[in-house]
Amino acid sequence: MSELHLLSTQQLIAGLQDKQFSSLELTDHYIKRIDALDGKINSFITHTSETARAQAQAADEMRAQGDKRRLLGVPMAHKDIFCTQGVLTTCGSKMLHNFVSPYNATIVSNIDKAGMISLGKLNMDEFAMGSDNSSSYYGTVQNPWNLERVPGGSSGGSAAAVAAGFVPVATGSDTGGSIRQPASFCGLTGIKPTYGRVSRFGMIAYASSLDQAGSMGRSAKDCAYLLQPMIGHDPRDATSIKYDMPDYVQDINDAEAAAGDKPFDGLRIGVAKEYFSKGLDAEVETAVRAALKKYEELGATIVEVNITDPEITLATYYMLAPAEASSNLSRFDGVRFGYRCENPTDLVDLYTRSRSEGFGPEVQRRILTGTYALSAGYFDAYYTKAQRIRRLIVKDFDEAFADCDVIASPTSPTPAYKLSEDLDPATMYLGDVYTIAVNLAGLPALSQPVGLTSDGLPVGLQLIGQYWQESKLLSTAHLFQQHTDHHLQSSAIAKKAV
Amino acid sequence: MSQQPLTSDSNVSREEILEVANLARLGVDENTASSYADDISKVLTLMETLGNVDTEGVKPLSNIHEVCQELRADVAKHDINRERNQSVAPAVEDGLYLVPQVIE
Repeated sequence: MSELHLLSTQQLIAGLQDKQFSSLELTDHYIKRIDALDGKINSFITHTSETARAQAQAADEMRAQGDKRRLLGVPMAHKDIFCTQGVLTTCGSKMLHNFVSPYNATIVSNIDKAGMISLGKLNMDEFAMGSDNSSSYYGTVQNPWNLERVPGGSSGGSAAAVAAGFVPVATGSDTGGSIRQPASFCGLTGIKPTYGRVSRFGMIAYASSLDQAGSMGRSAKDCAYLLQPMIGHDPRDATSIKYDMPDYVQDINDAEAAAGDKPFDGLRIGVAKEYFSKGLDAEVETAVRAALKKYEELGATIVEVNITDPEITLATYYMLAPAEASSNLSRFDGVRFGYRCENPTDLVDLYTRSRSEGFGPEVQRRILTGTYALSAGYFDAYYTKAQRIRRLIVKDFDEAFADCDVIASPTSPTPAYKLSEDLDPATMYLGDVYTIAVNLAGLPALSQPVGLTSDGLPVGLQLIGQYWQESKLLSTAHLFQQHTDHHLQSSAIAKKAV
Repeated sequence: MSQQPLTSDSNVSREEILEVANLARLGVDENTASSYADDISKVLTLMETLGNVDTEGVKPLSNIHEVCQELRADVAKHDINRERNQSVAPAVEDGLYLVPQVIE
């Protein structure tokens, strides 16, 4: 029982079905680990242990009565960007320090309906603006592989919680790499689906045209299990799209059943030289190239493709995302919910002080950048120009996918860096250089672990797919994981028994 | 503010930050404004690369799928729980949100 947290989701499901353990025992196991070890990691903002125990007990009773839901009684946790009815929902900000959401995000309801047990709400960069979880009002998160290193961000709490063995899977959200980069830093698999695949209703908005929820786990198959109940059209989100509804786990099983000695025969992996450019850490490059070699050994063909210059993509993103943020975050005004300043003298004072006291510096910086870009006189030069370039980025991907099935790259130019490194914003943004193009194009992409540096830090490989092809990405990563053991490596914290 | 092209001069002044902060309803003091001006100037320097991209005849893209958004039927629902929704407000009275007096 001491190593339950090292089991895959599939093994957990089998264990529950075969009555090797109950959902309550499983839930207690994770809660015990969180209580004993999260003091070092700070991955949770809110614990829902008591509700979780009650839900687990109910799940056990339902199973005994013949309930066959696949995920019934399997624990998980949510990034604190998702509204959870009756549970504190902070988005990592002082602005929402007292916001007990009156409603559920659609994905939260869907995961509840699937019978999963939520253990709480996970730390994150404030309003998902950041790449190392340092902007959270609720404190930094430590990387379970090395406590001096960041877990990545903005879904840093989600990544750290899974990597520490506090939950088997967690939800995340990804506006410019916020699932993939922390997955890479924490040795996990994490997937951002096609834009429109998952409802954004109840996911607190950062940049609405880029935000997309996804799943994080130790393997591609773990991600598939959690992603399944998250997907589907939602009438409450006008940007969610009606599209075919795959069964990701079944698709993975089918791909595995069909695979021979060379499971990737016929698979063309596009590699862009722009993704192996200056600033790429040598050990990251070595691990990524070794993984590509392995894909080749297993039958894949590597083809060279061209994509938009990452510097252009980065600039486009850091124009559009703050512009959308400045608009989205105007709703936090101290009137209807969230933080309100003390003793406002008039309405403008109430707005101004509530916002400047409630938002942290990085959020204010992005609001200011966005407001500047959208202000009269600059709108066409900055915002409209970036929207035009966005169309060119999509076109470049279309052309690249004419020659390949998936595109591979490093997920991040570096492994997890140290907490104390105080980067200026422009330099910090460079860390997102490989992940943001995917959001601008709305494509699905995942990060999978492909090895460790000499310091024992995980390295991630990003796979980008064509629209709606999450199954292709998950199956590709899964088959790779059937022939390698990078995803089975555990962090120092995960190895600790409690 | 006057019409500005993307040029190699991406310096934002403290005064511009204060003006933008007012538009965004953020209370930024003069010292902080200088620091934000430096940071945002660096970010805008990143944007200079955009000026080199030829976008002649390219339409701006705002929604990736560019499909007609599917609207739900315009039917009134009565499942909004006003009391629950207002339970998270800083100050309410008789179902109304309270703010400092606006009209004398």
